[in-house]
Amino acid sequence: MGGSEHGTPLAITKAKQPGFVSIDLHIHTCLSPCATLDMTPRKIVAEASRKGIEIIAVTDHNTTENALAVIKAAREFDLHVIPGIEVTTSEEVHIIGLFEEMSQAREMQAIVYKNLQEGMNDEDLFGMQVVANEHDEVEKMNKRLLIGATLLPVHEVVDAIHGLDGLAIAAHIDRERFSIIGQLGFIPNDLKLDAVEISRRLPLDQARSRFREYERFAFISASDAHDLEEIGKGATCLQMAGTHIKDLKQAFEELVVSSS
Amino acid sequence: MKLRDIVEVLKLDVRTGSSDRLDVEVTGGYASDLMSDVIAGAEEGNLWVTLQTHQNTVAVGVMKSLCGIILVNGREPEKETIQKAEVQGIPLLISTMPTFELVGRLFELGIGKKGKPA
Repeated sequence: MGGSEHGTPLAITKAKQPGFVSIDLHIHTCLSPCATLDMTPRKIVAEASRKGIEIIAVTDHNTTENALAVIKAAREFDLHVIPGIEVTTSEEVHIIGLFEEMSQAREMQAIVYKNLQEGMNDEDLFGMQVVANEHDEVEKMNKRLLIGATLLPVHEVVDAIHGLDGLAIAAHIDRERFSIIGQLGFIPNDLKLDAVEISRRLPLDQARSRFREYERFAFISASDAHDLEEIGKGATCLQMAGTHIKDLKQAFEELVVSSS
Repeated sequence: MKLRDIVEVLKLDVRTGSSDRLDVEVTGGYASDLMSDVIAGAEEGNLWVTLQTHQNTVAVGVMKSLCGIILVNGREPEKETIQKAEVQGIPLLISTMPTFELVGRLFELGIGKKGKPA
């Protein structure tokens, strides 16, 4: 692999400025087949908290079944957890949905499950899909093909997220695989994204100049953590009035204004 | 037609694939760059033509019991992809041809023609 990592030190020092919070909006748990098994609720919140992250979002592939456990595990910490999901669209674009309430996240999950391609997960090929509780105990294995794609086109996924008052973010747009630009060539003009995510491999200022045509969107970076060590890498610092989805939405809007 | 014959005729670069895995009969072909589409549409023993070099291709190929994967345009597989293909024993082949031309050549060889064993 190699290459330098960006984001963490800057993110954490910036967070010390008043009004700024350090936020990592893309974290997988042990429920994602490609994540390590120690991405359990308690370990995730302890690691994020230790690194000074103040808000995280749980974004497993095509499921929200571990989000509540992470929310509960975070109650002992000074850490806010947003229930989220990373949906695979029919074009194999990854779109992150973030929600205020667990009930909205569950509704999104129901839409995703209804449209998820059929098939059973093969643990040997793709990895285990562990549903855990807030004590890091195994509740069950999710048998669905979470690595698969839904039948929902990207516009429908974004609309469904917005229909549940959530925020829609195009994941890792700088990557070739599973990104909206990699799969579709460009971001459609009529797609109402709330932000675009840059992977931690590319510094945000470089991303803004490389993707100058998308200055209409807020640019954020996130870890896309699949193991504990990755949590907080590339975390974004945002000026937020609170920890609600409406505060995040406002912070995204202010990012667009301030960078244009 | 055996995979070995296809490798010879189309001058494919064999990146992984043991001798016995090249001796299998190819049941047909499937060309797609969407993993989910391959999961949904490819059939057992098919030869898969794709530009995707990601290690997920190997997992999908094994899941669908495909006989091999051909990467087009001389695309070089990622290191992890080769490692996974070696472990799983699935032939990973490279063609310098673009997809359109390669699929045309395969079809000429009789791969994928319904009811006509090649």
